[in-house]
Amino acid sequence: MRWLVALLIWAVPAAAEEVVADLSQNRISITADFDGSEILIFGAVKREEPLEGVPLEVVITLSGPSQTVMVRRKSRVAAIWANTAAVEVDRAPSFYAVATSGPLSQVLSQTEDLRHRITTRRAIRAVGAPQEVLDLPEFVRALIRVREGAGQYQLREGAVSVREQTLFSTSIELPANLVEGNYEVRIFLTREGHVINAYDTVIYVQKVGLEKFLYVLAHERPFIYGLMSLALAGVAGWGASAAFRWLRP
Amino acid sequence: MQVYLPIAEVSVNAFMLLGLGGLVGLLSGMFGVGGGFLITPLLIFIGIPAAVAVATSANQIVASSISGVLAHFRRRTVDLPMGMVLLVGGLIGAAIGMRVFNWLRAMGQVDLLVSLSYVVFLGIIGGLMFIESVNAIRRARSGGRPAQRRRHNWVHALPLKMKFRTSGLYISVIPPLMVGVLVGLLAAVMGVGGGFVMVPAMIYLLHMPTKVVVGTSLFQIIFVTAFTTMLHATTNYTVDVLLALLLIVGGVIGAQVGTRIGARMKAEQLRVLLALLVLAVCGKLAIDLLLQPEELYSVSWRGF
Repeated sequence: MRWLVALLIWAVPAAAEEVVADLSQNRISITADFDGSEILIFGAVKREEPLEGVPLEVVITLSGPSQTVMVRRKSRVAAIWANTAAVEVDRAPSFYAVATSGPLSQVLSQTEDLRHRITTRRAIRAVGAPQEVLDLPEFVRALIRVREGAGQYQLREGAVSVREQTLFSTSIELPANLVEGNYEVRIFLTREGHVINAYDTVIYVQKVGLEKFLYVLAHERPFIYGLMSLALAGVAGWGASAAFRWLRP
Repeated sequence: MQVYLPIAEVSVNAFMLLGLGGLVGLLSGMFGVGGGFLITPLLIFIGIPAAVAVATSANQIVASSISGVLAHFRRRTVDLPMGMVLLVGGLIGAAIGMRVFNWLRAMGQVDLLVSLSYVVFLGIIGGLMFIESVNAIRRARSGGRPAQRRRHNWVHALPLKMKFRTSGLYISVIPPLMVGVLVGLLAAVMGVGGGFVMVPAMIYLLHMPTKVVVGTSLFQIIFVTAFTTMLHATTNYTVDVLLALLLIVGGVIGAQVGTRIGARMKAEQLRVLLALLVLAVCGKLAIDLLLQPEELYSVSWRGF
Protein backbone atom coordinates (compact mmCIF):
# COMPACT_ATOMS: atom_id res chain seq x y z
CA MET A 1 0.00 0.00 0.00
CA ARG A 2 2.74 2.35 0.95
CA TRP A 3 4.57 1.75 -2.35
CA LEU A 4 1.40 2.56 -4.26
CA VAL A 5 1.06 5.93 -2.55
CA ALA A 6 4.72 6.56 -3.16
CA LEU A 7 4.29 5.73 -6.85
CA LEU A 8 1.31 8.04 -7.16
CA ILE A 9 3.15 10.88 -5.59
CA TRP A 10 6.07 10.29 -7.90
CA ALA A 11 3.90 9.97 -11.01
CA VAL A 12 1.84 13.08 -10.35
CA PRO A 13 4.17 15.73 -9.08
CA ALA A 14 1.97 18.15 -7.25
CA ALA A 15 1.96 21.35 -9.26
CA ALA A 16 2.84 24.32 -7.21
CA GLU A 17 0.01 26.26 -8.80
CA GLU A 18 -3.01 24.64 -10.41
CA VAL A 19 -5.92 26.01 -12.46
CA VAL A 20 -9.49 25.39 -11.44
CA ALA A 21 -11.92 26.75 -14.02
CA ASP A 22 -15.47 26.63 -15.26
CA LEU A 23 -17.61 28.07 -18.05
CA SER A 24 -20.92 29.89 -18.01
CA GLN A 25 -22.21 27.08 -20.26
CA ASN A 26 -20.64 23.97 -21.70
CA ARG A 27 -23.40 23.27 -24.18
CA ILE A 28 -24.60 25.65 -26.89
CA SER A 29 -27.80 24.80 -28.72
CA ILE A 30 -28.24 26.21 -32.21
CA THR A 31 -31.93 26.94 -32.53
CA ALA A 32 -33.76 28.65 -35.39
CA ASP A 33 -33.29 32.07 -33.77
CA PHE A 34 -29.63 31.53 -32.79
CA ASP A 35 -27.77 34.81 -33.05
CA GLY A 36 -24.35 34.24 -31.58
CA SER A 37 -23.48 33.59 -27.97
CA GLU A 38 -21.18 34.81 -25.25
CA ILE A 39 -19.15 32.42 -23.17
CA LEU A 40 -17.88 33.47 -19.78
CA ILE A 41 -14.72 31.65 -18.73
CA PHE A 42 -13.65 32.03 -15.12
CA GLY A 43 -11.54 30.28 -12.56
CA ALA A 44 -9.01 30.41 -9.76
CA VAL A 45 -5.45 29.35 -9.08
CA LYS A 46 -5.02 26.75 -6.37
CA ARG A 47 -1.77 27.10 -4.42
CA GLU A 48 0.04 25.05 -1.88
CA GLU A 49 2.94 27.40 -1.46
CA PRO A 50 3.02 31.09 -0.75
CA LEU A 51 2.89 33.52 -3.67
CA GLU A 52 6.05 34.12 -5.66
CA GLY A 53 7.24 37.53 -6.65
CA VAL A 54 6.80 37.52 -10.43
CA PRO A 55 3.17 38.17 -11.39
CA LEU A 56 1.09 35.36 -12.86
CA GLU A 57 -0.42 35.65 -16.35
CA VAL A 58 -3.32 33.80 -17.96
CA VAL A 59 -3.77 32.82 -21.63
CA ILE A 60 -7.11 31.37 -22.75
CA THR A 61 -7.84 29.86 -26.16
CA LEU A 62 -11.15 28.75 -27.61
CA SER A 63 -10.91 26.65 -30.72
CA GLY A 64 -13.66 25.39 -33.03
CA PRO A 65 -13.63 22.15 -35.06
CA SER A 66 -10.75 21.83 -37.55
CA GLN A 67 -11.41 22.18 -41.25
CA THR A 68 -9.46 21.69 -44.43
CA VAL A 69 -9.67 25.02 -46.21
CA MET A 70 -8.64 26.30 -49.61
CA VAL A 71 -6.92 29.68 -49.81
CA ARG A 72 -6.88 31.17 -53.30
CA ARG A 73 -5.04 34.20 -54.60
CA LYS A 74 -6.13 36.37 -57.50
CA SER A 75 -3.86 38.07 -59.96
CA ARG A 76 -4.35 39.92 -63.19
CA VAL A 77 -4.61 37.78 -66.32
CA ALA A 78 -5.27 39.79 -69.48
CA ALA A 79 -7.19 42.60 -67.74
CA ILE A 80 -9.25 40.21 -65.63
CA TRP A 81 -8.71 39.30 -61.99
CA ALA A 82 -8.71 35.54 -61.68
CA ASN A 83 -7.64 32.92 -59.14
CA THR A 84 -4.14 31.93 -60.17
CA ALA A 85 -2.69 30.29 -57.08
CA ALA A 86 -4.20 28.10 -54.41
CA VAL A 87 -2.98 26.47 -51.22
CA GLU A 88 -4.82 23.83 -49.28
CA VAL A 89 -4.44 24.31 -45.55
CA ASP A 90 -4.78 20.92 -43.86
CA ARG A 91 -6.13 22.02 -40.56
CA ALA A 92 -7.50 25.41 -39.69
CA PRO A 93 -9.95 25.88 -36.82
CA SER A 94 -13.37 27.13 -37.90
CA PHE A 95 -13.21 29.53 -34.96
CA TYR A 96 -10.24 30.59 -32.87
CA ALA A 97 -9.98 33.10 -30.08
CA VAL A 98 -6.98 33.94 -27.93
CA ALA A 99 -7.49 36.06 -24.82
CA THR A 100 -4.58 37.05 -22.62
CA SER A 101 -4.02 39.00 -19.45
CA GLY A 102 -1.29 41.12 -21.05
CA PRO A 103 0.64 41.72 -24.28
CA LEU A 104 1.11 38.33 -25.92
CA SER A 105 4.86 38.75 -26.46
CA GLN A 106 5.32 39.28 -22.72
CA VAL A 107 3.04 36.59 -21.34
CA LEU A 108 4.15 33.79 -23.66
CA SER A 109 7.56 32.78 -24.98
CA GLN A 110 8.09 31.59 -28.55
CA THR A 111 9.08 28.09 -27.48
CA GLU A 112 6.01 27.65 -25.31
CA ASP A 113 3.85 28.91 -28.15
CA LEU A 114 5.37 26.31 -30.48
CA ARG A 115 4.94 23.55 -27.95
CA HIS A 116 1.31 24.27 -27.07
CA ARG A 117 0.18 25.79 -30.42
CA ILE A 118 -1.38 28.78 -28.75
CA THR A 119 -1.36 31.70 -31.19
CA THR A 120 -3.59 31.59 -34.26
CA ARG A 121 -0.58 31.13 -36.55
CA ARG A 122 0.51 28.04 -34.59
CA ALA A 123 -3.02 26.64 -34.37
CA ILE A 124 -3.16 26.45 -38.18
CA ARG A 125 -1.32 23.55 -39.73
CA ALA A 126 -0.28 24.02 -43.32
CA VAL A 127 1.87 21.27 -44.71
CA GLY A 128 1.74 19.41 -47.97
CA ALA A 129 1.29 22.65 -49.90
CA PRO A 130 2.21 22.49 -53.59
CA GLN A 131 5.90 22.92 -54.25
CA GLU A 132 5.53 25.79 -56.70
CA VAL A 133 4.00 28.02 -54.05
CA LEU A 134 6.99 29.48 -52.30
CA ASP A 135 5.19 32.10 -50.26
CA LEU A 136 3.17 29.72 -48.08
CA PRO A 137 3.42 32.04 -45.03
CA GLU A 138 1.74 34.75 -47.10
CA PHE A 139 -1.25 32.46 -47.72
CA VAL A 140 -1.52 31.58 -44.05
CA ARG A 141 -1.35 35.28 -43.11
CA ALA A 142 -4.12 35.94 -45.65
CA LEU A 143 -6.25 33.17 -44.14
CA ILE A 144 -5.88 34.75 -40.70
CA ARG A 145 -6.57 38.24 -42.07
CA VAL A 146 -9.74 37.16 -43.91
CA ARG A 147 -11.09 35.24 -40.94
CA GLU A 148 -10.19 38.01 -38.46
CA GLY A 149 -12.21 40.35 -40.67
CA ALA A 150 -15.17 37.98 -40.39
CA GLY A 151 -14.81 37.71 -36.58
CA GLN A 152 -13.91 34.03 -36.83
CA TYR A 153 -10.41 34.59 -35.48
CA GLN A 154 -9.86 36.89 -32.54
CA LEU A 155 -6.79 38.00 -30.66
CA ARG A 156 -7.68 39.92 -27.52
CA GLU A 157 -4.65 40.96 -25.56
CA GLY A 158 -5.43 42.11 -22.05
CA ALA A 159 -8.98 40.77 -22.16
CA VAL A 160 -8.43 38.38 -19.27
CA SER A 161 -8.72 40.14 -15.95
CA VAL A 162 -6.67 38.67 -13.11
CA ARG A 163 -7.33 39.57 -9.49
CA GLU A 164 -4.79 39.14 -6.75
CA GLN A 165 -3.01 36.59 -8.98
CA THR A 166 -5.72 34.14 -8.03
CA LEU A 167 -9.05 34.84 -9.69
CA PHE A 168 -9.37 35.32 -13.44
CA SER A 169 -12.19 35.74 -15.91
CA THR A 170 -12.88 36.65 -19.51
CA SER A 171 -15.75 36.48 -21.94
CA ILE A 172 -15.54 35.41 -25.58
CA GLU A 173 -18.10 36.34 -28.22
CA LEU A 174 -19.11 33.47 -30.48
CA PRO A 175 -20.38 34.65 -33.88
CA ALA A 176 -23.80 33.73 -35.28
CA ASN A 177 -22.33 31.64 -38.11
CA LEU A 178 -21.15 28.94 -35.73
CA VAL A 179 -20.23 25.50 -37.01
CA GLU A 180 -21.46 22.44 -35.15
CA GLY A 181 -18.90 20.43 -33.19
CA ASN A 182 -16.73 20.38 -30.09
CA TYR A 183 -15.10 23.64 -29.10
CA GLU A 184 -11.97 23.21 -27.04
CA VAL A 185 -11.20 25.65 -24.25
CA ARG A 186 -7.61 25.76 -23.01
CA ILE A 187 -6.39 27.79 -20.09
CA PHE A 188 -2.65 28.33 -19.55
CA LEU A 189 -1.02 29.83 -16.47
CA THR A 190 2.24 31.46 -17.37
CA ARG A 191 5.00 33.13 -15.48
CA GLU A 192 7.85 34.91 -17.27
CA GLY A 193 6.61 33.41 -20.55
CA HIS A 194 6.68 29.82 -19.30
CA VAL A 195 3.57 27.67 -19.04
CA ILE A 196 3.35 26.43 -15.49
CA ASN A 197 -0.04 24.79 -15.59
CA ALA A 198 -2.79 24.13 -18.10
CA TYR A 199 -6.42 23.12 -18.02
CA ASP A 200 -8.75 22.17 -20.83
CA THR A 201 -12.41 21.48 -21.29
CA VAL A 202 -14.93 21.25 -24.10
CA ILE A 203 -18.02 23.17 -25.15
CA TYR A 204 -20.49 21.13 -27.17
CA VAL A 205 -22.14 23.11 -29.97
CA GLN A 206 -25.13 21.33 -31.44
CA LYS A 207 -28.08 22.05 -33.65
CA VAL A 208 -31.38 21.21 -31.95
CA GLY A 209 -35.03 20.92 -32.92
CA LEU A 210 -35.97 21.92 -36.46
CA GLU A 211 -32.36 22.80 -37.34
CA LYS A 212 -31.19 19.33 -36.35
CA PHE A 213 -34.07 17.60 -38.13
CA LEU A 214 -33.46 19.42 -41.43
CA TYR A 215 -29.70 18.98 -41.31
CA VAL A 216 -29.91 15.25 -40.62
CA LEU A 217 -32.62 14.73 -43.25
CA ALA A 218 -30.62 16.63 -45.87
CA HIS A 219 -27.54 14.49 -45.30
CA GLU A 220 -29.06 11.09 -44.60
CA ARG A 221 -32.17 11.10 -46.80
CA PRO A 222 -31.21 13.58 -49.53
CA PHE A 223 -33.75 12.29 -52.03
CA ILE A 224 -36.66 12.70 -49.62
CA TYR A 225 -35.29 16.07 -48.53
CA GLY A 226 -35.12 17.21 -52.17
CA LEU A 227 -38.68 16.06 -52.83
CA MET A 228 -39.83 17.80 -49.66
CA SER A 229 -38.17 21.06 -50.78
CA LEU A 230 -39.88 20.80 -54.18
CA ALA A 231 -43.25 19.95 -52.64
CA LEU A 232 -42.92 22.96 -50.37
CA ALA A 233 -42.09 25.13 -53.36
CA GLY A 234 -45.08 23.75 -55.27
CA VAL A 235 -47.55 24.27 -52.43
CA ALA A 236 -46.25 27.78 -51.73
CA GLY A 237 -46.41 28.74 -55.41
CA TRP A 238 -49.91 27.36 -55.89
CA GLY A 239 -51.11 28.72 -52.53
CA ALA A 240 -49.98 32.26 -53.28
CA SER A 241 -51.60 32.15 -56.71
CA ALA A 242 -54.89 30.88 -55.24
CA ALA A 243 -54.79 33.41 -52.41
CA PHE A 244 -54.28 36.30 -54.81
CA ARG A 245 -57.09 35.14 -57.05
CA TRP A 246 -59.37 34.98 -54.03
CA LEU A 247 -58.30 38.46 -52.87
CA ARG A 248 -58.62 40.12 -56.28
CA PRO A 249 -60.91 38.12 -58.55
CA MET B 1 -35.39 38.96 -36.63
CA GLN B 2 -32.36 36.73 -37.08
CA VAL B 3 -32.76 33.19 -38.42
CA TYR B 4 -30.08 30.50 -38.33
CA LEU B 5 -30.07 28.54 -41.59
CA PRO B 6 -29.43 24.82 -40.98
CA ILE B 7 -27.56 24.00 -44.21
CA ALA B 8 -25.87 27.32 -44.96
CA GLU B 9 -24.85 27.49 -41.24
CA VAL B 10 -25.13 31.25 -41.08
CA SER B 11 -27.52 33.55 -39.27
CA VAL B 12 -29.32 36.15 -41.39
CA ASN B 13 -32.16 38.62 -41.06
CA ALA B 14 -35.47 36.99 -42.01
CA PHE B 15 -37.04 40.24 -43.27
CA MET B 16 -34.11 40.92 -45.57
CA LEU B 17 -34.61 37.47 -47.14
CA LEU B 18 -38.34 38.10 -47.51
CA GLY B 19 -37.62 41.41 -49.25
CA LEU B 20 -35.01 39.85 -51.50
CA GLY B 21 -37.47 37.11 -52.47
CA GLY B 22 -40.17 39.70 -53.11
CA LEU B 23 -37.97 41.78 -55.39
CA VAL B 24 -36.90 38.79 -57.44
CA GLY B 25 -40.49 37.45 -57.56
CA LEU B 26 -41.69 40.79 -58.90
CA LEU B 27 -39.20 40.64 -61.77
CA SER B 28 -40.03 36.99 -62.36
CA GLY B 29 -43.72 37.76 -62.76
CA MET B 30 -43.13 40.79 -64.97
CA PHE B 31 -40.60 39.37 -67.38
CA GLY B 32 -40.91 35.61 -67.15
CA VAL B 33 -37.31 35.28 -66.09
CA GLY B 34 -36.64 33.02 -63.12
CA GLY B 35 -34.58 35.71 -61.42
CA GLY B 36 -31.75 33.30 -60.67
CA PHE B 37 -29.23 35.59 -62.32
CA LEU B 38 -30.15 38.19 -59.67
CA ILE B 39 -30.80 36.14 -56.56
CA THR B 40 -27.65 34.00 -56.68
CA PRO B 41 -25.24 36.98 -56.64
CA LEU B 42 -27.40 38.73 -54.03
CA LEU B 43 -27.36 35.72 -51.70
CA ILE B 44 -23.59 35.38 -52.06
CA PHE B 45 -23.30 39.09 -51.31
CA ILE B 46 -25.17 38.74 -47.97
CA GLY B 47 -22.83 35.92 -46.91
CA ILE B 48 -24.51 32.68 -47.99
CA PRO B 49 -21.94 30.15 -49.27
CA ALA B 50 -21.96 30.11 -53.09
CA ALA B 51 -22.90 26.45 -53.48
CA VAL B 52 -25.86 26.85 -51.11
CA ALA B 53 -26.90 30.05 -52.90
CA VAL B 54 -26.92 28.33 -56.30
CA ALA B 55 -28.82 25.24 -55.13
CA THR B 56 -31.34 27.10 -52.99
CA SER B 57 -32.15 29.72 -55.59
CA ALA B 58 -33.02 26.85 -57.97
CA ASN B 59 -35.54 25.68 -55.39
CA GLN B 60 -36.92 29.20 -54.95
CA ILE B 61 -37.30 29.63 -58.72
CA VAL B 62 -39.50 26.50 -58.83
CA ALA B 63 -41.98 28.14 -56.45
CA SER B 64 -42.04 31.59 -58.04
CA SER B 65 -42.35 30.05 -61.52
CA ILE B 66 -45.31 27.88 -60.45
CA SER B 67 -46.98 30.91 -58.92
CA GLY B 68 -46.35 32.90 -62.12
CA VAL B 69 -47.32 30.18 -64.58
CA LEU B 70 -50.72 29.62 -62.93
CA ALA B 71 -51.67 33.23 -63.63
CA HIS B 72 -50.57 32.74 -67.25
CA PHE B 73 -52.55 29.50 -67.58
CA ARG B 74 -55.70 31.37 -66.59
CA ARG B 75 -55.03 33.97 -69.26
CA ARG B 76 -54.22 31.19 -71.77
CA THR B 77 -50.78 32.57 -72.48
CA VAL B 78 -48.86 29.28 -72.13
CA ASP B 79 -47.96 27.37 -75.27
CA LEU B 80 -47.88 23.83 -73.82
CA PRO B 81 -46.55 21.91 -76.87
CA MET B 82 -43.78 24.50 -77.26
CA GLY B 83 -43.10 24.27 -73.51
CA MET B 84 -42.74 20.49 -73.74
CA VAL B 85 -40.29 20.72 -76.66
CA LEU B 86 -38.22 23.30 -74.76
CA LEU B 87 -38.37 21.12 -71.64
CA VAL B 88 -37.03 18.03 -73.40
CA GLY B 89 -34.12 20.12 -74.67
CA GLY B 90 -33.70 21.69 -71.23
CA LEU B 91 -33.34 18.38 -69.38
CA ILE B 92 -30.77 17.14 -71.92
CA GLY B 93 -28.86 20.42 -71.57
CA ALA B 94 -28.96 20.35 -67.75
CA ALA B 95 -27.57 16.81 -67.66
CA ILE B 96 -24.69 17.83 -69.96
CA GLY B 97 -24.23 21.08 -68.03
CA MET B 98 -23.78 19.29 -64.69
CA ARG B 99 -20.91 17.31 -66.21
CA VAL B 100 -19.32 20.51 -67.54
CA PHE B 101 -19.78 22.16 -64.15
CA ASN B 102 -18.07 19.31 -62.27
CA TRP B 103 -15.26 19.26 -64.81
CA LEU B 104 -14.70 23.01 -64.36
CA ARG B 105 -14.79 22.65 -60.60
CA ALA B 106 -12.07 20.02 -60.79
CA MET B 107 -9.94 22.58 -62.63
CA GLY B 108 -10.62 25.14 -59.86
CA GLN B 109 -11.79 27.88 -62.20
CA VAL B 110 -15.54 27.59 -61.89
CA ASP B 111 -16.04 31.05 -60.34
CA LEU B 112 -14.25 32.82 -63.14
CA LEU B 113 -16.01 30.89 -65.88
CA VAL B 114 -19.41 31.47 -64.29
CA SER B 115 -18.69 35.21 -64.04
CA LEU B 116 -17.36 35.37 -67.59
CA SER B 117 -20.34 33.54 -69.05
CA TYR B 118 -22.65 35.87 -67.09
CA VAL B 119 -20.91 38.92 -68.52
CA VAL B 120 -20.82 37.61 -72.09
CA PHE B 121 -24.40 36.30 -72.21
CA LEU B 122 -26.00 39.13 -70.28
CA GLY B 123 -24.02 41.70 -72.28
CA ILE B 124 -24.96 40.34 -75.70
CA ILE B 125 -28.61 39.67 -74.88
CA GLY B 126 -29.16 42.86 -72.90
CA GLY B 127 -27.51 44.97 -75.61
CA LEU B 128 -29.46 43.44 -78.49
CA MET B 129 -32.75 43.63 -76.64
CA PHE B 130 -32.21 47.22 -75.63
CA ILE B 131 -31.42 48.40 -79.17
CA GLU B 132 -34.31 46.48 -80.68
CA SER B 133 -36.96 47.55 -78.18
CA VAL B 134 -35.88 51.22 -78.18
CA ASN B 135 -36.20 51.17 -81.97
CA ALA B 136 -39.64 49.58 -81.67
CA ILE B 137 -40.81 52.26 -79.22
CA ARG B 138 -39.42 55.03 -81.47
CA ARG B 139 -41.28 53.64 -84.47
CA ALA B 140 -44.50 53.41 -82.47
CA ARG B 141 -44.09 57.04 -81.27
CA SER B 142 -43.39 58.43 -84.75
CA GLY B 143 -46.77 57.09 -85.78
CA GLY B 144 -45.42 54.73 -88.41
CA ARG B 145 -46.77 51.24 -88.83
CA PRO B 146 -45.53 48.73 -86.26
CA ALA B 147 -42.33 46.99 -87.10
CA GLN B 148 -42.88 44.12 -89.45
CA ARG B 149 -40.80 41.26 -88.11
CA ARG B 150 -39.02 39.14 -90.64
CA ARG B 151 -41.22 36.08 -90.84
CA HIS B 152 -38.96 33.83 -92.84
CA ASN B 153 -35.38 32.92 -92.08
CA TRP B 154 -33.30 29.77 -91.90
CA VAL B 155 -35.48 28.54 -89.02
CA HIS B 156 -38.29 27.90 -91.49
CA ALA B 157 -36.23 25.75 -93.81
CA LEU B 158 -35.70 22.93 -91.28
CA PRO B 159 -37.60 19.61 -91.28
CA LEU B 160 -39.82 18.08 -88.52
CA LYS B 161 -42.36 20.88 -88.62
CA MET B 162 -44.97 21.11 -85.91
CA LYS B 163 -47.99 23.31 -85.33
CA PHE B 164 -47.92 25.51 -82.22
CA ARG B 165 -51.44 26.88 -82.10
CA THR B 166 -51.16 29.24 -79.12
CA SER B 167 -48.13 30.90 -80.64
CA GLY B 168 -49.61 30.82 -84.14
CA LEU B 169 -46.47 29.17 -85.47
CA TYR B 170 -45.75 26.31 -87.85
CA ILE B 171 -42.04 25.62 -87.48
CA SER B 172 -39.55 22.80 -87.09
CA VAL B 173 -39.01 21.41 -83.55
CA ILE B 174 -35.23 21.56 -84.01
CA PRO B 175 -34.75 25.29 -83.15
CA PRO B 176 -36.84 25.19 -79.93
CA LEU B 177 -35.10 21.94 -78.96
CA MET B 178 -31.71 23.63 -79.48
CA VAL B 179 -32.85 26.66 -77.46
CA GLY B 180 -33.92 24.26 -74.69
CA VAL B 181 -30.55 22.49 -74.66
CA LEU B 182 -28.67 25.80 -74.50
CA VAL B 183 -30.87 27.01 -71.65
CA GLY B 184 -30.49 23.75 -69.72
CA LEU B 185 -26.73 23.92 -70.18
CA LEU B 186 -26.57 27.47 -68.84
CA ALA B 187 -28.98 26.59 -66.04
CA ALA B 188 -26.63 23.94 -64.72
CA VAL B 189 -23.36 25.82 -65.29
CA MET B 190 -24.53 29.25 -64.11
CA GLY B 191 -27.06 28.08 -61.53
CA VAL B 192 -29.97 30.00 -63.01
CA GLY B 193 -33.35 29.20 -64.55
CA GLY B 194 -32.20 30.50 -67.91
CA GLY B 195 -35.23 32.66 -68.67
CA PHE B 196 -33.05 35.61 -69.59
CA VAL B 197 -31.61 33.57 -72.46
CA MET B 198 -34.82 31.77 -73.37
CA VAL B 199 -37.12 34.81 -73.52
CA PRO B 200 -35.06 36.71 -76.13
CA ALA B 201 -34.40 33.48 -78.06
CA MET B 202 -38.14 32.80 -78.25
CA ILE B 203 -38.89 36.34 -79.37
CA TYR B 204 -36.09 36.89 -81.87
CA LEU B 205 -35.27 33.37 -83.06
CA LEU B 206 -38.61 31.56 -82.90
CA HIS B 207 -40.74 34.71 -83.43
CA MET B 208 -43.21 33.80 -80.72
CA PRO B 209 -45.63 36.52 -79.55
CA THR B 210 -44.18 38.27 -76.46
CA LYS B 211 -47.27 37.62 -74.30
CA VAL B 212 -46.97 33.85 -74.87
CA VAL B 213 -43.22 33.84 -74.35
CA VAL B 214 -43.39 34.71 -70.64
CA GLY B 215 -45.83 31.95 -69.64
CA THR B 216 -44.15 29.31 -71.78
CA SER B 217 -40.71 30.18 -70.44
CA LEU B 218 -41.99 29.95 -66.84
CA PHE B 219 -43.49 26.54 -67.63
CA GLN B 220 -40.16 25.19 -68.86
CA ILE B 221 -38.19 26.79 -66.00
CA ILE B 222 -40.31 24.99 -63.36
CA PHE B 223 -39.16 21.57 -64.51
CA VAL B 224 -35.56 22.38 -65.35
CA THR B 225 -34.99 24.04 -61.94
CA ALA B 226 -36.82 21.19 -60.16
CA PHE B 227 -34.41 18.81 -61.87
CA THR B 228 -31.34 20.85 -60.85
CA THR B 229 -32.69 21.19 -57.28
CA MET B 230 -32.85 17.41 -57.00
CA LEU B 231 -29.35 17.06 -58.44
CA HIS B 232 -27.93 19.57 -55.93
CA ALA B 233 -29.86 18.06 -53.00
CA THR B 234 -28.70 14.52 -53.69
CA THR B 235 -25.08 15.15 -54.71
CA ASN B 236 -23.91 18.21 -52.76
CA TYR B 237 -26.51 18.48 -49.93
CA THR B 238 -26.60 22.22 -50.51
CA VAL B 239 -30.34 23.00 -50.69
CA ASP B 240 -31.28 25.01 -47.61
CA VAL B 241 -35.01 24.55 -47.22
CA LEU B 242 -35.40 27.21 -44.54
CA LEU B 243 -33.63 29.79 -46.72
CA ALA B 244 -35.73 28.68 -49.69
CA LEU B 245 -38.95 28.99 -47.68
CA LEU B 246 -38.23 32.60 -46.69
CA LEU B 247 -37.30 33.54 -50.26
CA ILE B 248 -40.39 31.71 -51.56
CA VAL B 249 -42.82 33.50 -49.24
CA GLY B 250 -41.47 36.84 -50.43
CA GLY B 251 -41.13 35.59 -53.99
CA VAL B 252 -44.62 34.20 -54.60
CA ILE B 253 -46.20 37.46 -53.45
CA GLY B 254 -43.83 39.44 -55.66
CA ALA B 255 -44.57 37.17 -58.62
CA GLN B 256 -48.32 37.76 -58.35
CA VAL B 257 -47.86 41.51 -58.27
CA GLY B 258 -45.34 41.30 -61.10
CA THR B 259 -47.63 39.29 -63.36
CA ARG B 260 -50.34 41.95 -62.98
CA ILE B 261 -47.93 44.80 -63.69
CA GLY B 262 -46.61 42.91 -66.71
CA ALA B 263 -50.11 42.42 -68.11
CA ARG B 264 -50.75 46.19 -68.04
CA MET B 265 -47.51 47.20 -69.73
CA LYS B 266 -46.69 47.33 -73.40
CA ALA B 267 -44.44 44.59 -74.73
CA GLU B 268 -41.80 47.12 -75.88
CA GLN B 269 -41.67 48.78 -72.47
CA LEU B 270 -41.27 45.40 -70.78
CA ARG B 271 -38.40 44.57 -73.08
CA VAL B 272 -36.61 47.88 -72.47
CA LEU B 273 -36.86 47.39 -68.72
CA LEU B 274 -35.64 43.80 -68.87
CA ALA B 275 -32.78 44.86 -71.16
CA LEU B 276 -31.72 47.58 -68.69
CA LEU B 277 -31.84 45.16 -65.78
CA VAL B 278 -29.79 42.56 -67.64
CA LEU B 279 -27.23 45.22 -68.62
CA ALA B 280 -27.00 46.49 -65.04
CA VAL B 281 -26.18 43.04 -63.66
CA CYS B 282 -23.72 42.51 -66.52
CA GLY B 283 -22.01 45.83 -65.77
CA LYS B 284 -21.66 45.03 -62.07
CA LEU B 285 -20.08 41.64 -62.79
CA ALA B 286 -17.77 43.11 -65.44
CA ILE B 287 -16.54 45.79 -63.01
CA ASP B 288 -15.86 43.12 -60.37
CA LEU B 289 -13.73 41.22 -62.87
CA LEU B 290 -11.83 44.27 -64.09
CA LEU B 291 -11.15 46.24 -60.90
CA GLN B 292 -8.51 45.11 -58.47
CA PRO B 293 -10.27 43.49 -55.51
CA GLU B 294 -9.51 44.87 -52.04
CA GLU B 295 -8.62 41.42 -50.79
CA LEU B 296 -6.71 39.30 -53.27
CA TYR B 297 -7.10 36.17 -51.19
CA SER B 298 -10.25 34.17 -50.64
CA VAL B 299 -10.95 31.30 -48.26
CA SER B 300 -13.28 28.45 -49.11
CA TRP B 301 -14.32 25.44 -47.14
CA ARG B 302 -16.18 22.21 -48.03
CA GLY B 303 -15.65 23.03 -51.69
CA PHE B 304 -17.84 26.16 -51.44
